[in-house]
Amino acid sequence: MSTEEATITDEERLHQRFESTVEHDQRVEPRDWMPEGYRKTLVRQIAQHAHSEIIGMQPEGNWLTRAPSLRRKAILLAKVQDEAGHGLYLYSAAETLGVERSDLTEKLVARRQKYSSIFNYPALTFADIGVIGWLVDGAAIVNQVPLCRCSYGPYARAMIRICKEESFHQRQGYELLLTMMHGSEQQRRDVQDAVDRWWWPSLMMFGPPDGDSPNTQQSMAWGIKRHTNDQLRQKFVDMTVPQAEVLGVTLPDSGLSYNAEREHYEFSEPDWEEFHRVLAGEGPCNTQRVERRRAAHEGGSWVREAAAAHAAKQAERGRAAV
Amino acid sequence: MSFDNAYEAIAETHPEGDARWAFGTGFDDPLSGVDTTLPAGVDTGDLAAYCLMLGDDALILSQRLTEWVTCAHELEDEVALANIALDLLGQARMLLSRAGSVEGLGRDEDALAYFRSEPEFRNVRLVELPGGDFGRTIAALLVSSTWRLALLNRLVSSTDPVLAAIAAKAVKEVTYHREYAARWAVRLGDGTEYSAERLRSGFADVLPLVDELFTGHAVERRLAASGVAVDSTELREEFDGVLAQVAEQALLRLPEVNRVGSVGGLAGRDGVHTEHLGYLLAEMQSLARSDPEATW
Repeated sequence: MSTEEATITDEERLHQRFESTVEHDQRVEPRDWMPEGYRKTLVRQIAQHAHSEIIGMQPEGNWLTRAPSLRRKAILLAKVQDEAGHGLYLYSAAETLGVERSDLTEKLVARRQKYSSIFNYPALTFADIGVIGWLVDGAAIVNQVPLCRCSYGPYARAMIRICKEESFHQRQGYELLLTMMHGSEQQRRDVQDAVDRWWWPSLMMFGPPDGDSPNTQQSMAWGIKRHTNDQLRQKFVDMTVPQAEVLGVTLPDSGLSYNAEREHYEFSEPDWEEFHRVLAGEGPCNTQRVERRRAAHEGGSWVREAAAAHAAKQAERGRAAV
Repeated sequence: MSFDNAYEAIAETHPEGDARWAFGTGFDDPLSGVDTTLPAGVDTGDLAAYCLMLGDDALILSQRLTEWVTCAHELEDEVALANIALDLLGQARMLLSRAGSVEGLGRDEDALAYFRSEPEFRNVRLVELPGGDFGRTIAALLVSSTWRLALLNRLVSSTDPVLAAIAAKAVKEVTYHREYAARWAVRLGDGTEYSAERLRSGFADVLPLVDELFTGHAVERRLAASGVAVDSTELREEFDGVLAQVAEQALLRLPEVNRVGSVGGLAGRDGVHTEHLGYLLAEMQSLARSDPEATW
């Protein structure tokens, strides 16, 4: 047997072991062999997820200095801080796949990697803070809970912690809205207005309809994804409609009704043209979001350089002292 | 391992009373659980004013540090600065609540934070300095946390049980704030020529306002006599020692500066501030003041 043939056989064996790991719902770990396509898909997805946490700090960050009570300010600040922490776990998970955080950041600010489109919408009133918690974090949780069982170990473990914190955030958002709905007439109007603006973008967070989602099947076969976009969207609507009723807001969809036979809510299609426009960079805040991140990154380069220079000098002094 | 049941948990519609609320968000009274008895013979006007001084210092610096969120040079520092801002906000909430309850006019922490105007704020002017420059932020944080830690270390034995309790908690927090600022001062000072210059320039902005920290306001002196407050004139030696030590490590020669004077002898503790404070308050208070009928 030639060396080349032996190599091919080894790779086949590795491939079989990988397939069997995924099939038996076990975890693939960083040092295990994995197909290149699996690795690339994970890097893309985890980086996109990490970027979403970091860019997602901006719409809420817009209200940090104006939060209307000290308690709400503390809650919002803690939440935005958690999101930076989520970004850090996720970049670390991506680094286990052989990429570097600094490269991923460069790709984000050069617009070569994406983040969740929802953060390209503006946060215009403080009611948006509540609605982002309730709907956006709610949709994120529905997307992310199955990822706690993702076949890639470091990603799955990061998601467990993230999901727990996200569920606090969702409850805090909902509690803010309940409080506002019991407040002034203006506050009730603000809540309804925010719901009207965020409802459809929230439904778009699950991605295009199944027929228009080419990567779903492969991701499901690899155990990265557990449900289709449409299944998750349905789950989110079923979960959210009763919450909207308790809150006393109207969801902006005249096609919304309960189908007793299916035991699910029927709802209308989001405007997928708008979804694709935002994805292509023409949402209300795409440029603003990336520019802010870029300005922070580039404006802070002298600080990172100083830290690196100091560390190098310290190491040099350490060597000289020996 | 299945987490699918989390869907059901999330779909619950009555969050009230749920034990899984994030820490720090489920209570409304920042002083809950603290003995709020007034020490015998204390002048409540003085005590309220003193709580406002220390509370406003924390509130305004917290607001400035919060401006860094989404603008910092590295995620780890974004988390650290937000964390420091949160600690200070927590201290401000407790101190403002204490001020409100002691003065007995029915003002809570939010009435004091959002419905006082500029001349009613009692913070030192140092914390009002604009942010946006990491060298200045580190200089301001090092100076304010060194001063505050020296004060808090003495305030833990205050005869006011509330100030003592607040100080006991805050000492741990501000120890970290000072360490964070000192570490960055050393990195910037020792790092590159450019970063050393930015640090020096930051100190050139901050040092002119340092003397105000040690002036010793009449309120402080009266309360210090009965063991309630700390006389800030006593803190200077410790402060100078710490700053000199950090400057040495940071290879920084502290710049010679002209002091920022007072207005007819009045400064931040008397409600006479820099021009920066008005803008900071206009932003911070805008929403709270826009709808007085609102509940948050």
